[in-house]
Amino acid sequence: MEPVILFFLLGVAGGLARTDMKFPTALYEALTIYLLLAIGLKGGVELAKHPLLDAVLPSAAVVLLGVAIPLVAFPILLRLGGLNRADAASIAAHYGSVSVVTFAVGAAYLNRLGESYEGILTVFLVLLEIPAIVVGIALAKGVGKDVAWGRLVREVMFGKSIFLLLGGLVVGWFAGLDGIAPLDRLFFDLFKGVLALFLLEMGLVASRQLDVLRRFGPFLAGFAVIMPMISAALGLVTGLLLGLSPGGMTLLATLAASASYIAAPAAMRIAVPDANPALSVGASLGITFPFNLVAGIPIYHKAALWLTGGDA
Amino acid sequence: MTATRKLLTIICETDLETRLGEDVMRLGAHGFTVTDARGRGSRGLRDASWDPTANIRMEIICEERVAETIAEHVRAAYSDNYAMVLYMVDVSVLRAEKF
Repeated sequence: MEPVILFFLLGVAGGLARTDMKFPTALYEALTIYLLLAIGLKGGVELAKHPLLDAVLPSAAVVLLGVAIPLVAFPILLRLGGLNRADAASIAAHYGSVSVVTFAVGAAYLNRLGESYEGILTVFLVLLEIPAIVVGIALAKGVGKDVAWGRLVREVMFGKSIFLLLGGLVVGWFAGLDGIAPLDRLFFDLFKGVLALFLLEMGLVASRQLDVLRRFGPFLAGFAVIMPMISAALGLVTGLLLGLSPGGMTLLATLAASASYIAAPAAMRIAVPDANPALSVGASLGITFPFNLVAGIPIYHKAALWLTGGDA
Repeated sequence: MTATRKLLTIICETDLETRLGEDVMRLGAHGFTVTDARGRGSRGLRDASWDPTANIRMEIICEERVAETIAEHVRAAYSDNYAMVLYMVDVSVLRAEKF
């Protein structure tokens, strides 16, 4: 097992044992900023190796993927789950949007296996954050009706996750591999250690979500495992059509399967205040996040190898 | 030397900070102070372990009329859907023209 995941499990164990260990909010914030920036930088450096124009078509396909996932999730939540419109839309937005840390763990998993992936995946990460949130808000409110879209788009675009990922991407792209070299120690070498710390904290937080799921029953728990599989399948097919490497397909599937708990909760809390955040965050962080870490990523990797005719 | 003003305190979710700040200034406050907070209430434990469970405490010193306006607006606009506590007390202030 990827060692950073053990830190996550340690956090969960600590939370269940009601340890008094607690990350100060400022540290949580600082770790988040570091991870977002480092992932952006890494992607920017990779992106600089290829002509930018090559990225246009795949990017468009990935945006469509980001629109499709919440549209698949919404009717399932509304009809099968019997959730109200606001909750269904909010959860759909969380599942369409992405988890940066799941992506980072996926990348670490591939690195350990010596499997490479395309640098453009980091661009996909940024692109996938936004469309699902917009779709989710539209599903909850209807298009045009009392939604201050201008303000909302500004808040999402300049929320820390998009701003830092995109910012890192641009800096990395301009600086290139040589330009970024002096920063390597901080942003690349230390990355995994910081990721481990962050996962410890996420384990603590995730363990507190399980309570919510006990209250809201088996449907949501089932959804939180099955929906990522459906999304991952969509991601794998998109990756196959785009001609990505097995590593690239794995990460795209991981992105599709992951559910947001940074950008989406903040946006939905403001845009769809009547949705219960305990449901969406409970499902995405309490179940989907650990599921992807422990089981999902290896499954998506196997599936990618199988689809591309490699040895699975 | 001192004058009496209202101290309106709003404890609510961190997610509301930007909006609340804008609302408060629009409704006639001359300023406010925000601190991070955590606690427990009808919406469970808000332990500030990460963004969605973080609270703020916003304190506004202003004239009674303004405090009432802000309190009424905040109650109507947010209290149904957000974790929130509001209260006000009289305070004696120096330099009353600031508030």
